[in-house]
Amino acid sequence: MSTNTRIILICSGKGGVGKTTLTANLGIALARTGVRTAVLDADFGLRNLDLLLGLENRIVYTAQEVLEESCRLDQALVKHKQEPNLALLPAGNPRMLEWLKPDDMQRIVSMLSDQFDYVLIDCPAGVEDGFKNAVSASKEAIVVTNPEVSAVRDADRVIGLLNTNGINPVQLVLNRVRPKMIASQEMLSVDDVTDILALPLLGLVLEDEQVIVSTNRGVPLTLSGINSPAARCYSNIASRLQGEEVPLIDPAKEGSGMRDKFRRLMQTKIF
Amino acid sequence: MTLRDILNKLLRRQESSANTARERLQLVLAHDRADLSPDLLDQMRKEILEVVAKYVEIDIEEGAVSLETEDRMTALVANLPIKRLPSGAIKVKEHGESSDN
Repeated sequence: MSTNTRIILICSGKGGVGKTTLTANLGIALARTGVRTAVLDADFGLRNLDLLLGLENRIVYTAQEVLEESCRLDQALVKHKQEPNLALLPAGNPRMLEWLKPDDMQRIVSMLSDQFDYVLIDCPAGVEDGFKNAVSASKEAIVVTNPEVSAVRDADRVIGLLNTNGINPVQLVLNRVRPKMIASQEMLSVDDVTDILALPLLGLVLEDEQVIVSTNRGVPLTLSGINSPAARCYSNIASRLQGEEVPLIDPAKEGSGMRDKFRRLMQTKIF
Repeated sequence: MTLRDILNKLLRRQESSANTARERLQLVLAHDRADLSPDLLDQMRKEILEVVAKYVEIDIEEGAVSLETEDRMTALVANLPIKRLPSGAIKVKEHGESSDN
């Protein structure tokens, strides 16, 4: 196994917080900087990474055939046409869950790390076998959460499990941040969440309708070149992951109308 | 306390929900985090038994360590059967004697 390959688990505990969307956008953003990037769909039960990347019609073989040695790794890898530095290793049949073991996952990731600089593993929701298999093959992790009580609680549980499994570093991405709701104190702030979870913040992603538009089309935001709030956030996260210092977007400075200014005034701490 | 909090108090409106969320999370997480995994508990059990076995002869297989929670207090309860000599005295090891258990 190449020691320089960054093997990063993207996990959350709770479903629907944006793991797969982050994996797709981060994969594209990294590949655009010229590093060879593989995205591995480890969500064998409910795979979707192929769909978000627009690669669902180009799958011939999957991780399952690679493990059964009925095809070579490069036959199963789906190279992205517009971004050839990015390849997807699709999830196999959901029945894989019945026999897949941590060893199998480690074998796949080991094969990938011979050919790629970054391996992003899209983890299934939950903390059961699928999660454990994915953790066993990972070196570092990004925990995705939303500023909502259930997502933060599940993230905390996952962080505990990552720590006991020796995953390091573990960084946080706070997804679906709504600056207006934070300003009116009807949403946990970025500081609230980082204080509670005690993790370094890799980045935040602003709530953005363009995310849904881009998944409809199967063209990740970071590929489409649309300068939307979420697209900027995803690119920033990719840069920070590569060690660049990019300032965080300040949700409090988003929006410049009178109402936004009033909301900010109301947030002033008195004592 | 922010300007909004004061205004809410004056108007007798509900506290902003972000505060409520923060307080609820802090409580529930304190509880969640106290939950030791079975693996960790078993490791702790072994280590505690090893330490005790340095001083008195105990039955390593019989020793049990468990977490018991009542109200919001959690206690670590260890039940370590000590071997007795035929005379009934407790078998105390010489200090510094190494344990082979």
